[in-house]
Amino acid sequence: MIKSTRKRMRAREKRRVRKEADNTKVFSRRALFIGALQMSALAVLGGRLAWLQVAQGQRYKRLSDKNRISVKMLAPVRGEIVDRFGVPLAVNNRSFRVLVIPEQAGDLQISLRALQKVIDLDEERIEDVLARAKKTAKFAPIEVKDGLTWEEVARIEVRLPDLPGLFTDTGQIRSYPFGVATAHVIGYVGAVSKEELGEDPVLSLPGFKIGKTGIEKRYDREMRGEAGASEVEVNVVGREVRELKRTAPKPGKRVMLTLDGELQRFTQEKLAERRSASAVVLDAQTGAVYALASYPAFDPNVFTHNLSIPMWEELLADPGHPLTNKALAGQYPPASTFKMITALAGLKAGKITRDRRVYCSGHYQYGDDRFHCWKAVGHGYMNVIEALMESCDTYFYELSTEIGIENIAAMARELGLGERFGFELSEEQPGLVPDKNWKMGHLGEVWRPGDTIVNSIGQGQLLATPLQLAVMTARMVNGGYAVKPWIAGLVGEQERERENWPKIEMHKGHLALVKEGMDRVVNDRKGTAYSSRIEDPAMAMGGKTGTAQVRKITMAQRMAGIKNEELVWKSRHHGLFVGYAPLKEPRYVTAVVVEHGVGGSISAAPVAHDLLLETQKRNPAAKILAASAAE
Amino acid sequence: MGSPLTIQSEQNFLQKIQQLNWGLVFLILCVSAVGFTALYSAAGGSFTPWASRQMMRFAVGLVGMFILALIDIRWWYKLSWPIYFLGLLLLVAVEFMGHIGMGAQRWINLGFIQLQPSETMKIAVVMALAHYFHTASLEDMRRLRFLVVPALIVLAPVALVLLQPDLGTSLMIIMAGAAVLFMAGAPLWIFISAGTLAVLSVPVAWHFMHDYQKQRVLTFLNPESDPLGAGYHITQSKIALGSGGIEGKGFLQGTQSRLNFLPEKQTDFIFTLWAEEWGLFGGCFLLALFGLIFLYGLSIALRARQNFCRYLALGLTVNFSLYVFINIAMVMGLIPVVGAPLPLISYGGTSMLTALIGFGLIMSCHIYRDSKVTRI
Repeated sequence: MIKSTRKRMRAREKRRVRKEADNTKVFSRRALFIGALQMSALAVLGGRLAWLQVAQGQRYKRLSDKNRISVKMLAPVRGEIVDRFGVPLAVNNRSFRVLVIPEQAGDLQISLRALQKVIDLDEERIEDVLARAKKTAKFAPIEVKDGLTWEEVARIEVRLPDLPGLFTDTGQIRSYPFGVATAHVIGYVGAVSKEELGEDPVLSLPGFKIGKTGIEKRYDREMRGEAGASEVEVNVVGREVRELKRTAPKPGKRVMLTLDGELQRFTQEKLAERRSASAVVLDAQTGAVYALASYPAFDPNVFTHNLSIPMWEELLADPGHPLTNKALAGQYPPASTFKMITALAGLKAGKITRDRRVYCSGHYQYGDDRFHCWKAVGHGYMNVIEALMESCDTYFYELSTEIGIENIAAMARELGLGERFGFELSEEQPGLVPDKNWKMGHLGEVWRPGDTIVNSIGQGQLLATPLQLAVMTARMVNGGYAVKPWIAGLVGEQERERENWPKIEMHKGHLALVKEGMDRVVNDRKGTAYSSRIEDPAMAMGGKTGTAQVRKITMAQRMAGIKNEELVWKSRHHGLFVGYAPLKEPRYVTAVVVEHGVGGSISAAPVAHDLLLETQKRNPAAKILAASAAE
Repeated sequence: MGSPLTIQSEQNFLQKIQQLNWGLVFLILCVSAVGFTALYSAAGGSFTPWASRQMMRFAVGLVGMFILALIDIRWWYKLSWPIYFLGLLLLVAVEFMGHIGMGAQRWINLGFIQLQPSETMKIAVVMALAHYFHTASLEDMRRLRFLVVPALIVLAPVALVLLQPDLGTSLMIIMAGAAVLFMAGAPLWIFISAGTLAVLSVPVAWHFMHDYQKQRVLTFLNPESDPLGAGYHITQSKIALGSGGIEGKGFLQGTQSRLNFLPEKQTDFIFTLWAEEWGLFGGCFLLALFGLIFLYGLSIALRARQNFCRYLALGLTVNFSLYVFINIAMVMGLIPVVGAPLPLISYGGTSMLTALIGFGLIMSCHIYRDSKVTRI
């Protein structure tokens, strides 16, 4: 019994030990398996780490830098525009403005509404900002309003916690000290449009302005300068932590014009005495523009702020076309100011001599057609000088058929009509000098002698701009040099090359004859502009009047003897005048066109008198433009 | 029979101290030092607010670890069930008086510590399972009825943790429980079929998930789809890690973390901060330290002569390693963001405490490796 019990106990003990050994074996095996699992999991993690840090390291490094580095563009200062004496015509004033970063604003609309309670902000502006926010990146600031007063800035600053995403800063605002007077020449700057974006990153700066018209547009690239950059480290909410690198912006170049600012202002004021007019004052020898004005004009300072839609519509509706620079873009029949060209063509062709006389009976009969002289009773016998002085139409009618349109047109072109000069202001129009080819080409009609007759006194299809008329006059009085107008004297330090103008093939005596005629127009008692003469003999001027028909004078009107000034304004003739001074060695030329001014002698000549007198007093030609003078 | 008896003679206090696993202690110190360095950097080069408090907690926890280590393993054996039920009680308590954080009830404020019962429960579950399987034979393990109790041991806390709701922790309890079941010799078909079942139940689980959990999974699958939204954490963490390169950006030079692009940098994403500043070298160094700790745990388990010690030591080691794997895999974008801290390194009292308690128990297993817990 005991033995068997013992045996059983031993057997049980044996089993127990075996079981334990089995347990241990299973455990060891499975424990090692778990250990292996852990080690391989660690290896996977290590491998992943190596993948991220080595294989993808460069990529993530870039992303990390993109995270932390924000490059802020620094706006360059726009170059100034000054006149020939260094008087500023376009400058930059500090302006306070308020901007918004849509991303930080949360609800942009709510932020802007809150701002509306703090400062004056119209609906238009809010809608504009909202529209802009949809188009641009969320983190890019948008200008909400500029030209804030210091008090407005203070009000915004105080309430900044309630205005999420909004902040103020000081920007630059373009300002034009001469205002209306230089509006057409200088032009204005405006916000960058979508089409203009892209080429230069600086254009995407909030509130950045570029030249839209005039010199501002022509030399925009030069005056714009180059953006600087500030690399800042930013934290996750975009707050700047420190500046890593800074490249200062390069300011734009200064542009010095040949213009005389005060003369320009004077010109504008003189034109303002008329309803719609334009004028140019040139240097007869160099072609430099001293004044170039068109009235009515607009205030460019309003354009750089916020031009309201009603104001814009008003400008568009004005019959005087205040947005158009009529001195370059207005094309008018040159009328009697063209008679010098017919005379020169006739002299050159040998059809006119000093002594050849033509009888004026008040009209000229060619076949069945009758061409009227402006003086119905006739001038009697006229030579070329008298014909210019009294602006006799019949003289030129009769001789024009002998001279021929080709000679007249050629002379007109030589003197600068019918072409663009490549002037700095791109609005420049070419005018028109018709001839046989042109008429066949454009109208499909044969040139008739009647066309030549009408053209000889500057009517018909002939068109010229005031700038062209001034250049024409300059070329006649400077001894026949083919000057071209220019206005940008210095761009930065870049001195404009002084051009040696080519000489036009022309007999000196012919020019002297024409000049004598122009002298007599003003200074002879019988001259058409005698009432506008300059009394001071040292400053006396010569010139030529012109009256351009806007509408054909009907026979009924002629019979009824209706005077032109009695017609409605829009139907009245344009008044023209081209002039030069002084008589001896002329230095200055001018061209004045008074729209619907009835006649050249009553509307344009008095203006020319004032301009030439003032120009000579100021004598801008004495101031030589040179790089050293730019300092 | 049934009463504990010893094979080895009782050790005196000094001998016990000598028996402490000093190599493991050294490794724990090293890993914690990495944590302090990272927290110092996370604060922008300052001991406040994180590093200094973490060091104090560590000091207290270390003393606690030694005390736990020196307590006789037979006491732990006896206390296994009471500890387990206390843990369950706390989990129930957190349902009623817990603090809500991140959309889940997880904490009980005990005044001196914000206790997260779900964390301590992981240890209690391992203890209870080790206790239960201590006397089991391999034949027992093959009886399905024998496995009903361990299933309940695991599923009761899992159910409570899911109520909080905390999917990550409940999954970790299941995994730790499964590991103990595995090492105790449960038949392999159980794990295979359970794994298959888990895969099949994914669509069902999806249905019961909270929106934020669904979002996390979706974001994980394609983090770049919404880099500024839900995918932000993963994307920024990967950028930080990747930009660290081989050598790292240097101590205190981690731009991603210093400029706050990195979220939760002092807690869940602390590994990212470390590897951004110390690069692949630093990252692998830390992984190696963890690996050595795992191996220490494994060797202690293999060296123990009693099942309770084996299961407890290895179970707790597995539990610790799960934390490490899940946290690091998460910040590297290998698994969805689950909100698990990196033990010994992340800032936080409970996770530090849990880890050190675990190591105290593991060391107790080591000191008393030759003790006979009970007879079978």
